[in-house]
Amino acid sequence: MSVKVIIPTPLRVYAGKADSTEVSARTVGEALGQLTSKFAELRKHLFTEDGKLRSFVNVYVNDEDIRYLSKENTPTKDGDTISIVPSIAGGIV
Amino acid sequence: MSTKVQPITSQPSTTGKATTLTNEEILRYSRHLIMPEVGMEGQLKLKNAKVLLIGTGGLGAPLGLYLAAAGVGHLGLVDFDVVDFTNLQRQVTFGSDDVGKPKTAAAQARLSNLNPDIEIGAFETKLTSENALELFKNFDIIVDGTDNFPTRYLVNDACILLGKPNVYGSIFRFEGQVTVFGMPDGPCYRCLYPEPPPPGLVPSCAEGGVLGVLPGIVGSIQAMETIKLILGTGESLKGRLLLFDALAMKFRELKLRKNHNCPMCGDHPTITKLIDYYEFCGVRGEEAPGPDVQVPEITPRALKSRLDRGDDLFILDVREPHEFQICNLNGHLIPLGELPRRVHELDSSREIVAHCRSGKRSAEAVDFLRKAGFRKILNLKGGILAWSDEVDPSVPKY
Repeated sequence: MSVKVIIPTPLRVYAGKADSTEVSARTVGEALGQLTSKFAELRKHLFTEDGKLRSFVNVYVNDEDIRYLSKENTPTKDGDTISIVPSIAGGIV
Repeated sequence: MSTKVQPITSQPSTTGKATTLTNEEILRYSRHLIMPEVGMEGQLKLKNAKVLLIGTGGLGAPLGLYLAAAGVGHLGLVDFDVVDFTNLQRQVTFGSDDVGKPKTAAAQARLSNLNPDIEIGAFETKLTSENALELFKNFDIIVDGTDNFPTRYLVNDACILLGKPNVYGSIFRFEGQVTVFGMPDGPCYRCLYPEPPPPGLVPSCAEGGVLGVLPGIVGSIQAMETIKLILGTGESLKGRLLLFDALAMKFRELKLRKNHNCPMCGDHPTITKLIDYYEFCGVRGEEAPGPDVQVPEITPRALKSRLDRGDDLFILDVREPHEFQICNLNGHLIPLGELPRRVHELDSSREIVAHCRSGKRSAEAVDFLRKAGFRKILNLKGGILAWSDEVDPSVPKY
């Protein structure tokens, strides 16, 4: 299934400045795996040492948080968009 | 650390609500009054509203201006900082002659000039677990325009404990997020992000920069949401995370669900009082955390001495090309993100001094290179900013 993954600004520096990429995946887990294969430096920013998604990074399929779907097993279909949304704090600065 | 909270006269008066508008107010707000969505009733709601702005910077600027212009009767401004020259690129409440003044005083003066009829309280203080509940309790709506994770969790938690809406906005370079937390049955910040990132893992704003107009847009959206909450009109961003990408000029929306197991706002909350947020965020109360990796360093003066002596040192600059154009030490430029791919350009038999703007990115570079086997490598402490301060003031700071 051809899925678009949107890379958020703070992580673009680790993805060769790409703001999105297309991957072929049947689940969110597969899509993120492909993403970190393409851009190895993203791995440590998205996942802990034991392979869990970091808690300050949220992942959405279209507009739904995967924590309320099937997490990394959430199936993806053609044309879906996966958004990675890390917490950002800038305001005063 | 003592926190200076202004005397009680800055708190909104708790005497009865206004029930009329003066003729002058009717004229000032005529463009509101002729809209059925506002009318006299709505304008009176605005007049009686009490809104506390946490942060009077990039987001606080449009917030303060538009809420004052709209006639929000009681505005509180919380900020401990003074106006810096570099703020003028985006903090549009301030003028050039405000540089060096406390931000709350400068903003209070500007907003009072815009609208002399409203009450504006200036709280020149750092928001802490000791003063947050006291500060918040007399206001109806809290607007979060802060710039760091500990304060964002503090604002969230204080709002949940007091049952106040929290109009949240945050930015990074050219992206923004806006939502409304703290509504009945709505999510809170911890529902979205149960834990903060460890310091140093997400690039900081100071290293990332920001398009000045971005907080202008995001802060204006926050002002809009605040006014809608006061008027009770339209559909708020409760339960929705608005994502804004300024470069692509795209708005997207994600669903934000309330986490019924949330330790703060869930069905069985376990957090019932404010905590030590610096400890929670792993920052341990440091105002300006040092480099997050410990690496061997050299000071700018020591580097200058060694260069003058004729030592054969290889200067590695890990900044971006556009920074190199602002000023440079004639180093070999390999941006940090490209270092893994371009490490073959470096000769590990030579002594290398790595630098960036402030010493943070170059510390990461040195750490990376040491792990890759480089033994003769030092980080320039304080970066090119420190070089300008301590060795060569003709090098511009940015």
